[in-house]
Amino acid sequence: MTDHTTIGLPRPPARPPARPAARPDLARHRLARGWRALSPLTTPLGITVKYTSLLIAVACALIPLITVFMAAFKTREEFATSDPLAPPGDWFNLENFVVAFTRGGMLQGFLNTTIILAVSLVGTILIGTMTAYAVDRFDFRGRRLVMGAFLLATLVPAVTTQVATFQVVNGLGLFNTRWAAIVLFMGTDIVSIYIFLQFMRSIPRSLDEAAMLDGAGRLTIYARIIFPLLRPAIATVVIIKGIAIYNEYYIPFLYMPSRDLGVVSTSLFRFMGPFGAQWEIISAGAVLVIIPTLIAFLLLQRQIYSGLTSGATK
Amino acid sequence: MAVLTGVLARGRTSGSGRGPGHGLPVTPWLFLIVPLGLLVLFTYVPVANMVWYGFTSWDGLDPVKEPVGLDNYVRIFTDPQMFEVFFVSLYYLAGAAVQLVLALYFATVLSFDTRFRNFFKGVLFFPYLINGVAIGLVFLFLLRPGGTLDATLALVGVSEPPQWLGDPSLVNVSLAATSVWRYLGLNFVLFLGAIQSIPGELYEAADLDGATSWQKFRYIIAPAIRPIIGLTTILAISGSLSVFEIPWIMTGGANGSTTFVIQTVQQAFQFNKFGLASAMAVVLLLIVLLVTWIQRRLFPDERVDLT
Repeated sequence: MTDHTTIGLPRPPARPPARPAARPDLARHRLARGWRALSPLTTPLGITVKYTSLLIAVACALIPLITVFMAAFKTREEFATSDPLAPPGDWFNLENFVVAFTRGGMLQGFLNTTIILAVSLVGTILIGTMTAYAVDRFDFRGRRLVMGAFLLATLVPAVTTQVATFQVVNGLGLFNTRWAAIVLFMGTDIVSIYIFLQFMRSIPRSLDEAAMLDGAGRLTIYARIIFPLLRPAIATVVIIKGIAIYNEYYIPFLYMPSRDLGVVSTSLFRFMGPFGAQWEIISAGAVLVIIPTLIAFLLLQRQIYSGLTSGATK
Repeated sequence: MAVLTGVLARGRTSGSGRGPGHGLPVTPWLFLIVPLGLLVLFTYVPVANMVWYGFTSWDGLDPVKEPVGLDNYVRIFTDPQMFEVFFVSLYYLAGAAVQLVLALYFATVLSFDTRFRNFFKGVLFFPYLINGVAIGLVFLFLLRPGGTLDATLALVGVSEPPQWLGDPSLVNVSLAATSVWRYLGLNFVLFLGAIQSIPGELYEAADLDGATSWQKFRYIIAPAIRPIIGLTTILAISGSLSVFEIPWIMTGGANGSTTFVIQTVQQAFQFNKFGLASAMAVVLLLIVLLVTWIQRRLFPDERVDLT
């Protein structure tokens, strides 16, 4: 737990907030120069081995997805008679998607996911930034204890405590409401608090002091200075937390069994029942759920990579 | 607002003093009250209750929770039906080992000049972002009799493929392979980030000394990414014990694919054995804490400074 101690020590010289964006390019440039180093990979045999392994990996990663994608466009008879590896006859047959979307409860699922996502993200950001501000910018009795309490909580995997958490949620009367998922997503997210804390330390204290001299109160400093400066960290948290909430299955499955409260994951899971062996419709449902992720990934690749790295390792 | 301005007035120039008379210490708590409330309510209260339930035979409804001492724990470690889920974890642990090696290999290869680098990177990573239920369905489609895998194998002449999910001796291998497919990307990206932060001068210096590429991997890359390897190893071990989604979605725990968490959920919510389920959760938590502690002992340094 070296993290405990570093928080109490005098802070290192403030780094400019733009640091994370600038570094990968520099690293890549350095690596390009170091490239000659791994010489066996540059021999013809090494190159063949390298690209062959990469192509096999790409095939393994894409074939499962592509075949489901193709199945989603096939008609019922076509699916029954054609090979799974064969492309559909008509790439514009969208009937399966319509059935999945309207009769499969996917519309409701997307709606519920959107509501839960929006409220939880706002809550996570407010809670995380307020915690980081209070812990980093104030000297108060019990500060180390508070820090320790947040850090210790990172060690408790949420999956282990669900049976007991269930009683708490039930006792609060939140079972089978959207609030169950919302409070759990907000309250158990220690990682974003940690990301905010890390980032907070790179914002110079002199800014706070200057604002104080101008007569700003603590709340004003938080709202007008700190919060806007935390924007890059907020973007990171929105992305990684957003993806996690969109994909979450366990919490909605346990806490919101009602059909009307189905989110994307649970609606898709329920799908298997009524559509049983209708693989072309199940495939369309799976594709519908994957598409938003694919779009987000293509648009935000860089931020997702760097966000995950800082979220997972720190 | 009076409180806020009161604290404001104390100023903060030295940053080191923390003695008495430093203004009203209420303000930080105003910011912390909601976060701490949620933290206590959804992390510490459940942990405390869980430990208590674990020593009772509570059914989840009865107002009286009957203490039964260590009975639940004895049952977990002696009842073969309870214990066999740990063997299922071994499949996922083996899968995790394969996953780490593959991720390390691809991260090393893609750290250096490779055509279509970003394309390969994206394709290897993307599965990690996909919804778990969608992955479950995609792999049910892939592994079902006559599905994609069987069709692919038929191309190379395998006419009688096994029942990937129906055969109890194979089901866990299939499910663990699905998990490898799902999580490889995360490990890969973590390794890639670590390798890219190694200064290139180190390779040049190694070149001058005539080091082979294995030596460079062994003495430059491996030590530099040691903390990440340590981290991914704990995630792998605690992850293989807490597998839930993939087997639950794909088989519902049938054919001997029940994992520790599936069993906990079933004991609690299907058989109303909250006491036993809580004891199982305590065991899982203790294993995770133990693994984390060992990892901290073996990889104490947070960052390795190579320069």
